[in-house]
Amino acid sequence: MRPVYMISGGITKFAKAHPEKDFRLMVKEAFDYALADLPGLTRELIDGSVCSYFSDHFTRQLKAGAMVQDYLGLCPKPSRRIEGGGATGGLCFQAAWEAVASGRMEVCLSMGFETMSRVNTWKGNEFIALASDTNFDYPVGGFYTGYYAMMVRRHMHEFGTTVEQMAKVAVKNHRNALHNPYAQSPGELSIEDVRSSPMVATPLTILDCCQMSDGAAVAVLASEEVAQRLSSRPVRITGVGCGTDAMRMADRPRGEVILLPHESAEEYRDLTYPGVHSFRGGRMAAKLAYGMAGITDPARELDFVELHDAYTSSEIQTYEDLGLCRYGEGGSFADAGAPFLPHITYGLSFSGDDRWRRVPVNPSGGLLACGHPVGATGLMQAVFAFWQLQGAIGKHLGNDTLQIRDAGRGLIHSHAGTGTYITVSVLERSE
Amino acid sequence: MGKDAKLPETEEGSVLFNLDPIIVKYHYEIDYLHSYAQDSPFFAGLAKKKLLGSRCTVCGYTYATPRGHCMECGEPTAWVELPLEGKVHTYTTCHFGGEAFLKETPYTLILVEFDGIDTLFLSRIVGAEPDEVRIGMPVRARFLRNCKFRPTDVYFVPL
Repeated sequence: MRPVYMISGGITKFAKAHPEKDFRLMVKEAFDYALADLPGLTRELIDGSVCSYFSDHFTRQLKAGAMVQDYLGLCPKPSRRIEGGGATGGLCFQAAWEAVASGRMEVCLSMGFETMSRVNTWKGNEFIALASDTNFDYPVGGFYTGYYAMMVRRHMHEFGTTVEQMAKVAVKNHRNALHNPYAQSPGELSIEDVRSSPMVATPLTILDCCQMSDGAAVAVLASEEVAQRLSSRPVRITGVGCGTDAMRMADRPRGEVILLPHESAEEYRDLTYPGVHSFRGGRMAAKLAYGMAGITDPARELDFVELHDAYTSSEIQTYEDLGLCRYGEGGSFADAGAPFLPHITYGLSFSGDDRWRRVPVNPSGGLLACGHPVGATGLMQAVFAFWQLQGAIGKHLGNDTLQIRDAGRGLIHSHAGTGTYITVSVLERSE
Repeated sequence: MGKDAKLPETEEGSVLFNLDPIIVKYHYEIDYLHSYAQDSPFFAGLAKKKLLGSRCTVCGYTYATPRGHCMECGEPTAWVELPLEGKVHTYTTCHFGGEAFLKETPYTLILVEFDGIDTLFLSRIVGAEPDEVRIGMPVRARFLRNCKFRPTDVYFVPL
């Protein structure tokens, strides 16, 4: 495998509804942004594409990817669709990585979208729930917020995680997004706001959940030769990993923890794993990506993380899967302020627990505040991570509040179902 | 050849929500001839007020939600009758949901754990207020008298 770089990216504003644009036009806008951001990158240089979108039901169109390909003027070059629930975007990013790493392409465009506004929210919930076992799970009252509520209820039982710790995640991500003009729902929230908002599935309120969105994003990946020829600041993709788990969370086994290099079996002697409280697929994805990137202690070696916070609870669970803290410490990690940006005022008091190095998580605002147009989401994370590592947040967001000083290495994490497909990719600034 | 050929006009119109951009109603529905295939005995069991799980014929791993082959070792499973009493492993009360279930809200989902069974079973609990449900609470299976051959033919009540 040869080195792969991200050389440009683009994104549309994420919004509840963009009825004035169809999916082709949204991708076109993100694509044109990416082309304009890197002089020398032309349509002719792109050898092919991979296209991510989750649900044919939302689009009301099968083979929608082919329509994006022709709209962008990329026919007759190779293309295919990538789909894997909520992780669709992360899987698409890694498919583009594979195309370049294998030598099949010099430049590969990964492009993703979702147009979720074309149905009512409750119908959208139904479409999403169809991505759970339709014989055994969906008919019982299939509802993803319900599934996540059951998982975090067990996390609370095992580890003492609290709803206030979860609310702090919502406060963080919405407040970060105040400085991100691409975000759908920035806001100044308090813990009280989160807890007093309408209950969706106990204990998750509507502010513990991400919203449905329309939006598109693209990431352009290239070989080292092309990256060095075209870009003065390419970002190298140094690790990719993917993990899976049983579709039905009722089937999750109770066995031993998959260990990261900085952990020992001894410390998890009494923990049944993953049960329904942790995401084994996320841990597997992280382990593979860290192995490839040469990361042995992620909390010390990562400068920021953009992770799949479809729920405040899943952000806390994912801190642990990624090894930013140990299993069981996710709530305390949030309480300590470790995943918060140092220079933003959140209106919260932190515990003062200094066990963890600060690793800003979802500086962009994440899914909770940016929105979650499924097929675009994993690529949105790639674009924000890319801009962070280029030191170009100010240029693209119109202000550099969210820029992490000297960011050298970031992680993106994309997550499907109740943890059925999960991807982790590591991106690094190249000197 | 008929150069004056015309399509017949109809009385049907479109439901229009907006003009700029034009937003119209588009209806779509489908009936499947859905087969439960190798999982069929589970649904037949519900009609006999039995909960059937799957036990691996080689490694003995036992699943509360059926599957024809073992997730641990890949070997075939055999049907095994589950106890009708278990405990709440985790729970949530849904105040919102997909369109099909909105009229049933609030409803409480539970994952049930059974002694001696390695995995869990998703179901609903009735007969307990949302704030009465607890992890570890003993529950008992009940069955609809008129089977619909759906997983909701079984539900749980406090023991």
